[in-house]
Amino acid sequence: MSYDWIIDVLFWIAVVFLAAGYVSWRATRLDRLHVRVETARAALDAALVRRAAAALELAASRLLDPATSLVLATAAHEARTADADNREFAESDLSRALRAVVDQPEFASTLAERADGEGKAVLEELSSAAAKVAYARRFYNDAVSQARIARRKLLVRVLPLHGRAPLPGFFEIDDDPPGI
Amino acid sequence: MRVGLVCPYTWNVPGGVQRHIADLAETLIGLGHRVSVIAPADEDAEPPPYVVSAGRAVPVPYNGSVARLAFGFLSAARVRRWINEGRFDVLHVHEPAAPSLGLLACWAADGPIVGTFHASYEKSRVVSVTAPILQSALEKITGRIAVSEAARTTLVEHLGGDAVLIPNGVATERFAMGEPLPGWPGRGGGPRAGGSGGEGEGGALGFLGRMDEPRKGLQVLLRAFEVLGRRRPGLRLLLAGPGDADDVVARVSPELRDRVVVLGMVSEEDKIRAYHSVDVFVAPNTGGESFGIVLAEAMAAGAPIVASDIEAFDRVLLGGRAGVLFPVGDHEALAAAADDLLADAARRKQLSAEARAAVRAYDWSSVARDVVRVYETVSLDSAGVVESGVGA
Repeated sequence: MSYDWIIDVLFWIAVVFLAAGYVSWRATRLDRLHVRVETARAALDAALVRRAAAALELAASRLLDPATSLVLATAAHEARTADADNREFAESDLSRALRAVVDQPEFASTLAERADGEGKAVLEELSSAAAKVAYARRFYNDAVSQARIARRKLLVRVLPLHGRAPLPGFFEIDDDPPGI
Repeated sequence: MRVGLVCPYTWNVPGGVQRHIADLAETLIGLGHRVSVIAPADEDAEPPPYVVSAGRAVPVPYNGSVARLAFGFLSAARVRRWINEGRFDVLHVHEPAAPSLGLLACWAADGPIVGTFHASYEKSRVVSVTAPILQSALEKITGRIAVSEAARTTLVEHLGGDAVLIPNGVATERFAMGEPLPGWPGRGGGPRAGGSGGEGEGGALGFLGRMDEPRKGLQVLLRAFEVLGRRRPGLRLLLAGPGDADDVVARVSPELRDRVVVLGMVSEEDKIRAYHSVDVFVAPNTGGESFGIVLAEAMAAGAPIVASDIEAFDRVLLGGRAGVLFPVGDHEALAAAADDLLADAARRKQLSAEARAAVRAYDWSSVARDVVRVYETVSLDSAGVVESGVGA
């Protein structure tokens, strides 16, 4: 009598377990990447909202001349209300408007002196908000590119490990911060 | 904010990454954040109160030099415990691609993780082979920082994705003033034309860095000194950094040996004094340097600089405005550049002022502000750093 078939069965059970373990590990990794994309997107949206708010605050602060206020307020409002298709353009326009305003000669030093340092605080908030947009966007695109690379892998295409998660897209804007 | 910093290299061995972490930690504490650093440390070392030891590191060859790294089950367990007890808002891992505590921390934690990449190197086969192993741990980093354009390029080429650029910081104030070492005239004196060769009459060149590490380029400087030492009788060479002193002196021609002073490993104070002891500071690095903290420190001390024209130095020295650049590895060009500078006191003075001004952009106060912005960006609405499930 031979018990070879038992060995065979045990072997195949082990193979199935290992394969299942590997697939589940890959699925966990992919899921983690998708969660990271979502978290990064939330941080990016928050940073964009905060930057628009800082621009609006500066526009409404009565520290600026009315023309400058109008330029800033319009750009910030456009960025806040743009639909998904026009979002990237509107946010880029806000970046350009901020640079056009802040990079004028003597702008920062003049504003800093106004209203007992209130100008300085508003400027500091704007500088921080603009820098964070640039950071948040880099982190988001970094997460997106890694998720997309993972989605291209053969195993993920054969077995739909990503479930119903949509393929994330990059967020491309001009986010050079003004030189404060 | 509660910040956990992870240092991959032995705390009590001087190095660019360790210095970076110490300065960042102290600046952050100064800003009112709660900071804990985990690092490998020798048992007899007495690290500052904010450092938690992860045990001894083991010397292993890695990335072209011998690095002391901490790995294994014991280190992994200590990192886990530290993450559990620290309850950090943000975990900030340095050099996470090195097989040391940084990688272990990425493996052991979930939540907002910031990773700072210091090293830059040419694409190597080894790294291509290790990339899949690194990938699953490095994927957890939610915000990546590169300390230089070169480090960022390395990161993007090897691992894909992107990173924000936040340069290294220098505690410029600490280096601004210093007494020259005893027996060295310092820049107040300077070389005199036709010096007789007596102490302090022929000027002094300085070098700081690992002496047994070819990428630091000491061999280029020694070859240049063979030329320059004969042309300028009285010119002295001040060398500081870890490495075998006898071995270095043996590489110098016998008639020049008494003009080469090897300090070996120096304390922080002596290092600052060394920067102030020399007329020209030489950074002959041949590559692999992503920023050059030594170069920036020398600039903060106001030393006139001659440096090899690797990309990182070119950037820090504003393309040659804040220091003289020479082609990498070209000892003739180095000798010529140093010779010109030693002969021209006005130019030295001007370069010194330019260097002090240029290095201000790298001061820790501005660097720490940017790093905190990164922390705030990644930790928005997060519950903080938690211990990860095993394996995943």
